Amino acid sequence: MSFAEFFQHFINGVTLGGTYALIALGYTMVYGILGFINFAHGDILMVGAYIGLFTFNALRGSQDFGLWPTVAFFIAMVVSMVFCACLGMLTERIAYKPLRKATRLAPLLSAIGVSFILSNTAAWLWGTQSRRFPKPFEDQAISFGGVSVTPHQILILVVTVIMMVAMQLYVAKTRMGKAMRATSLDQDTARLMGINSDHVISLTFAIGSALAACGGILIALDFTCYPTMGTMTGTKAFVAAVIGGIGNIPGAMLGGVILGLLETFGVAILGIPTGMRDTIAFVALIIILLVKPEGILGKAEKEKV
Amino acid sequence: MFNFIILIFIYTAIYSLLAMGQNVITGYTGMLSLCQAGFFAIGSYATALLSVKCGWNFWATLPVSIGLSALFGLIIGLPTLRLKGDYLCIATLGFGEIVRNILINWMSLTNGPNGVQRIPMVKIFGFAINPRSRNWQYLIFCAIWVLVCYLLFERLARSRMGRAMEAIREDEIAAASNGINVTKYKVAAFMLGAGVAGLAGSLQAELILSVMPSTYTFMLSVMVLCMVVLGGMGNFKAAIFGAFIIEVIDYLPKMLGLTSVLPPQFKQILFGLILVVMMICRPQGILGRQNNALRRSREAAK
Repeated sequence: MSFAEFFQHFINGVTLGGTYALIALGYTMVYGILGFINFAHGDILMVGAYIGLFTFNALRGSQDFGLWPTVAFFIAMVVSMVFCACLGMLTERIAYKPLRKATRLAPLLSAIGVSFILSNTAAWLWGTQSRRFPKPFEDQAISFGGVSVTPHQILILVVTVIMMVAMQLYVAKTRMGKAMRATSLDQDTARLMGINSDHVISLTFAIGSALAACGGILIALDFTCYPTMGTMTGTKAFVAAVIGGIGNIPGAMLGGVILGLLETFGVAILGIPTGMRDTIAFVALIIILLVKPEGILGKAEKEKV
Repeated sequence: MFNFIILIFIYTAIYSLLAMGQNVITGYTGMLSLCQAGFFAIGSYATALLSVKCGWNFWATLPVSIGLSALFGLIIGLPTLRLKGDYLCIATLGFGEIVRNILINWMSLTNGPNGVQRIPMVKIFGFAINPRSRNWQYLIFCAIWVLVCYLLFERLARSRMGRAMEAIREDEIAAASNGINVTKYKVAAFMLGAGVAGLAGSLQAELILSVMPSTYTFMLSVMVLCMVVLGGMGNFKAAIFGAFIIEVIDYLPKMLGLTSVLPPQFKQILFGLILVVMMICRPQGILGRQNNALRRSREAAK
């Protein structure tokens, strides 16, 4: 394999991993605070992709490429992020909030139910066929010495980096971010310190779902929109969060990129057939659980009584 | 119409085996597994391939089907069960999808998406049970299996092993500190659940007389989970009852001729709603146990 070829796969892997990382952030934040896997996260991503697609198609007009479609694309992205943030808060309020004090299994089962409701309602309303997401700008690959990068890949990288930096700054520097960290450490103590943990949890769901919507649109640009797109993508993003260390924001980013690279290189170098591509993520999950269950950046925690 | 009712009962029987397996894993030991469909598929394909390609008798394929499913339960369980429970559901979800992926892609063995056809019928003392023309006989055949498994599981629940599993569900750390080998019982529960799903798979293969990978989806695993949650976790009668209700819901639109009125996703949306509503309003299920003294005393302490 030549250097250019290697670099080509590297770029492809990083862009794929970037979208995983965006989605993984939602999982990791919810897990960090509430300690359960939000199964419906993947389906919120799917709803985000559809809302983005519909808004974009409505705004775009007849023009194929140019300034306006690009602007329309970003407007569609914002609309879809806001919609999904509301959807995320709504599901939290209806399906998870009553179960805060229930057994460990209850919110997990409820989340599977929500996931089923969302994906099947989408299939009912919008049909099961997959839809193409029209490209907002000309997707002519730019070549750098044998390595071709499409503007779409650049878009993914730029959006991902902006979102992650913003996220990291928000959690590390702002008052609300501090409240989030406090709640994830110890919900009851945080409440005693005057933090409204219900607000914090709502906000966590809103931010996570908005990021998922963003990731969903970027994935839909690459592949297509279909009602069950969230299940596999969401699961892989969760694996990414576990690889990086669940509950850890930089870990989610790292895990996403690692998983993206593993997938592209697994297909390119190890010759894993594309039909078995999804297997890579689960093998990676089992290996990481065996070798370092707390994840690459996570801290080992001893369970206490 | 009469045939239809019998068919619902046959499916109830097959799915109650799956649901009882899920109940051992989720209801008794408190682990959320999402790959009953995967074990179900392994059982079906073991019976289908051995009887079509090697000409084995159903009764000879049965131990292989149960054993193979349990073996896969062991393989997937050993690395994941030693860890915190939440990872298990993702790993099992992945396992279920991998099984389906392999069934679709391994053309030379499984014939890919077309599946395996023309499976020979079950013979009892040289007398073939035709699941189509004599479906009530097949129903009795399945019902016997359900009865046997039910009695075995009820016996198990009252044994040392059943009590150990319940202890693990209630509090893992407390169970471990009382000398219960947590990993051992978790893996055992997982293998039992997988094995009985393999048995259900063999019965399913003999009912349809063909197997196709499109049957064994994630949707099926969630349906089985729904049965256990609806009936009541940790109760084998309730699992059978849940299987019956879900099967009736599954076939009711077809029976009443409502398929043109209701959207095809109606059932799945209903299953999702069942999970959410049951968790919020009645987490112990319709037939759930309420005499849980431990939990009551704990709630009083709060």
